[in-house]
Amino acid sequence: MSGTDDTGAPAAPAPAPAPAPAGTAPRTRTRPPNGAGPPPERVEEHGGGDVRTGRRIRQVRELGILLALVLLVAVTALASPGFLSGQSVRDLLLGATLLTILAVGQSMVLITRNVDLSVGSVMGLSAFAVGLLFVSFPGLPTPVVMLAGVLVGTACGVVNGVLVAAARVPALVVTLGTLYMFRGIDFWWASGRQVNAADMPEGFLGLARISLLGIPLPAAIAAAVVLAAGWYLRNYRSGRELYAVGSEPAAARLVGIPVDRRVFAPFVVNGSLAGLAGVLYAARFGTLDATVGTGLELEVVAAAVVGGVAIFGGSGTVYGAALGALLLSAIDAALPMLRVDSFWQQAVVGLLILISIGLDRLLALRTARRLRGGGSRGA
Amino acid sequence: MGPEVDTPGTSAAPAPPARPRTGARTGAALRSLLHTREASIIGALIASVLAASLLVEGFASGRNAGFLVLDVAAIALIALPMTLVIITGEIDLSVASTLGLTSAVMGQLWVLGVPLETIVPLCVLLGAVLGAVNGLLVTVAGLPSLAVTIGTMALYRGLAYVVLGDRAVADFPFSWTGGATARLPGTDLPWVALLIAVLAAVFALVLHATPVGRSLYAIGSNAEATRFSGVSVRWTKLWLFVASGTVAGGAGVFWTLQYGSARADNAFGLELSVVAAVLLGGVSIFGGRGALPGVLAGVLLLGTIRNALRLADVSSDVLSIVTGLLLVVSVVLPTTLARVRARRPRPAPPS
Amino acid sequence: MRPSRPAPSDSPAQAKESEPIMRERIRFGVTAAALAGVMLAASACGGTTRGDDGGSGAGSGGSTAEADPDAEIPEGLAISFLPKQLNNPYFTVADAGGKEAVEELGGEFKEVGPSEATASSQVSYINTLSQQGSDVIVLAANDPNAVCGALNQARQAGSVVVTFDSDTAPDCRDLFVNQATAKDIARTQVEMIAEQIGGEGEIAFLSATPNATNQNAWLELMEKELAKEEYSGIEVVDTVYGNDDDQKSFNEMQGLLQTHPDLAGVVSPTTVGLAAAARYLSSSDYKGEVALTGLGTPNQMREYVENGTVEEFALWDPANLGYLAAYSGASMSAGRITGEQGQTFEAGRLGEYTVRADGEIVLGPPTVFNKGNIDDYDF
Repeated sequence: MSGTDDTGAPAAPAPAPAPAPAGTAPRTRTRPPNGAGPPPERVEEHGGGDVRTGRRIRQVRELGILLALVLLVAVTALASPGFLSGQSVRDLLLGATLLTILAVGQSMVLITRNVDLSVGSVMGLSAFAVGLLFVSFPGLPTPVVMLAGVLVGTACGVVNGVLVAAARVPALVVTLGTLYMFRGIDFWWASGRQVNAADMPEGFLGLARISLLGIPLPAAIAAAVVLAAGWYLRNYRSGRELYAVGSEPAAARLVGIPVDRRVFAPFVVNGSLAGLAGVLYAARFGTLDATVGTGLELEVVAAAVVGGVAIFGGSGTVYGAALGALLLSAIDAALPMLRVDSFWQQAVVGLLILISIGLDRLLALRTARRLRGGGSRGA
Repeated sequence: MGPEVDTPGTSAAPAPPARPRTGARTGAALRSLLHTREASIIGALIASVLAASLLVEGFASGRNAGFLVLDVAAIALIALPMTLVIITGEIDLSVASTLGLTSAVMGQLWVLGVPLETIVPLCVLLGAVLGAVNGLLVTVAGLPSLAVTIGTMALYRGLAYVVLGDRAVADFPFSWTGGATARLPGTDLPWVALLIAVLAAVFALVLHATPVGRSLYAIGSNAEATRFSGVSVRWTKLWLFVASGTVAGGAGVFWTLQYGSARADNAFGLELSVVAAVLLGGVSIFGGRGALPGVLAGVLLLGTIRNALRLADVSSDVLSIVTGLLLVVSVVLPTTLARVRARRPRPAPPS
Repeated sequence: MRPSRPAPSDSPAQAKESEPIMRERIRFGVTAAALAGVMLAASACGGTTRGDDGGSGAGSGGSTAEADPDAEIPEGLAISFLPKQLNNPYFTVADAGGKEAVEELGGEFKEVGPSEATASSQVSYINTLSQQGSDVIVLAANDPNAVCGALNQARQAGSVVVTFDSDTAPDCRDLFVNQATAKDIARTQVEMIAEQIGGEGEIAFLSATPNATNQNAWLELMEKELAKEEYSGIEVVDTVYGNDDDQKSFNEMQGLLQTHPDLAGVVSPTTVGLAAAARYLSSSDYKGEVALTGLGTPNQMREYVENGTVEEFALWDPANLGYLAAYSGASMSAGRITGEQGQTFEAGRLGEYTVRADGEIVLGPPTVFNKGNIDDYDF
């Protein structure tokens, strides 16, 4: 997955972790960063030049995860050299693919101060739809089926989005409800059937085995998703506005941002990405029943939170979320290698989440202090 | 989305729908809405019990009522403190994991030869400590409870596996396991119904009849203002999380004895059922609104529908669709109605 | 507080509390303590430790009435199947076998069950079946003890309880229909691998988790079987654990073949492990060189049997298992047997069966699947 671009991230010109919340930018003024900032100062987009402190904080935050990841990999590799073999790295990337894609979509929803708990059910529904299409219409070309799988996810996303943005119902409640509903539909539809590898064309199952420059195709797709979402959030007006909506919905509405549309869109994108994850799941595992993706939602939120996406909106980047997903997957893979009892795994993940949000809190306090220390505070 | 923790001013904007945006009239409108919500959930409960008694063979019997109560016992217990937590605008997603960890510790201590009379209070105490950890992270460290309790949900469940692995401890004495599901003398109701009733009365008394309880609504609506008005927001919230953990620990003991099996994966996923029941009962996820009778009705409504549909041989797939639909409709309907009403220039219709 | 955004108000952290009101605090504390007290009081009495009165007790055991081998099986017996979870293809097939038997007997078949494989949700269904007055409950238990209380209540209310696939504690059911004895399972696998590698060479085991009870029992019995004179040419060189995880099993298989260049065969007594191992083998150079066998499902293995990766593997036929369970329950309900050791009964097309100790009935040796018969099975 994003392993490639992430490892490049902090060293190279930093595909800029998204700006500090746009909402705060005009209000705060800091002293210039004394040239200590990262070299590529192609920063003067709209929003003013002083998002840098915030951005540096984000970078520190994401560097922290990266450091943890590197440390984990290094320690594991020392203890068990096989961990860095080509196959093992490929498997790690492949294993992190689904979580990364889901974490990217979830981050976009979280940034607008919403949450989507139904992703696990949506992914399961889409995966089963893919399998069933292959069984029912053996002649259907693979790309059509894949597209259909993504569209199933999109449709689920639209349902969530309409309920949250148009009916103005709290996202936590809506998506908790649709978590049950989509899963129920999946069970009802599958009614005990299972789709097996033999039912699907070799070309489709082979997708997971294709490598581009040594990177498995699904991982490359995940990396592309991360880059595209990161690019959109940073460089498009509507992308920046997601941060504004999440930071201060009332203010966002007052300055004329179409808040409902900005809340709606991430749900649709997230649904589509969950659909894509379902398609990739089908290609990779080949055995599909109605339980695919059960309980995944909290792991996805955890990946985003560990990656520095604030659970109350307005801050965080998809790069961070992708790193979070990679770190969680790496922990999964490393613990058995380190001969740590696999029973410890969940406890470690829980601890990591707590450390992450604690760290975020500290960084936020420091930023606040520094911003104030910088003198003039805006209204 | 998640509960508002600070600056309540922001919460007026798009997300929290049920809270009308303008001043004086809204207080009354909100109160009437609250009444209708409560009344409609209780009405729905009565209607579904009547319908099930008439239409579903085997529903209207004391034996079945006993089964129904045992089915929802853990959810009902945990929903009580959860209601108070959500009213203050926080949430506790770690309850099911607290239950699981308590159960695992209970099993391990039993294997080590500790007498049950010591184990039970220890386990309830453990629940209190786990709740206090949540509470401290939320109040002292100032972290959002949604994120904190997702973290401790993973942490506590993980520790449960560390303690007991994938083993199950099941050789508890029958006098205890049978006792857990024993019926009240002369009735088909399990004694836990009495425990739930007593606890519910205590929580309802605290919530609705004491200054502390009323301050919970104030905290949920506007934490900052409440703080200035002299209520210790921090202490109140800390105690609520402790109460939540304590009850979850007690529910862990009960669950273990009810099923006679201590396992690390006991009650996995129960937190979502609890939250669903509380929200169905009319508590606002943004805090400041809700009442205990509604929540109990919500718990019983879910239990009744599931019990009746099972007796009518409706497949479990449909059960989960119904649960989800009920939850969404219960929130969409009143908020949409409220908006329609608010759009009209005329004052809100009398309720 | 929002974790990573400068707080808009004066104080970044929680504002210092205004004078805490001690009275309130104390009253709250007392309330909480009282709550704890209520809970303690509710559950405290004597001084019970482990060993005081052991076991979970209760359960009246089988009926004491005499068996009447010639008793009629009445028409319209309500026979209900309660699998570990619905939507599991294995149980779908098993329950279909049960349905076949119930229809032959002129009874009423019903299949109910939870969507998630937990004991607590099974208890709800046992209670429902008991309330409906089901004559026979055929159950695959998710936990050997957690369902006991409910089962005993159902038995007191007049239901016959038959377990299949996964047993409960013997004192809370009437009969257990076992798919195969551990000995049979071990012997069949040893016979298959010995034949496939020509009676000599190095072999290895790919198991599930290191502490899975049934896996370890089978491994031990296989080692015992291999110690026999006729298998003296076969040497077990390694046992690895794939944790019943597709990816991990895949990697472990790869590792085995790399570390043991002279490996002649691999036995994987777990369906997940066998499928993953076959997938690795089919795309590697070892295909056809290294023999692979174990326990698997025909649908998952069909592809690999057809392309020659796997010659034959074994499992019981779940349809026959369900069929036998239905006949056992009906025979007991009619009074043909009472669950005593040595009683025999007729099970339709499967012929005569004998009740063993503890009310156990064994289906027979596992079914071996190969190119010749695999297409007759769909599960």
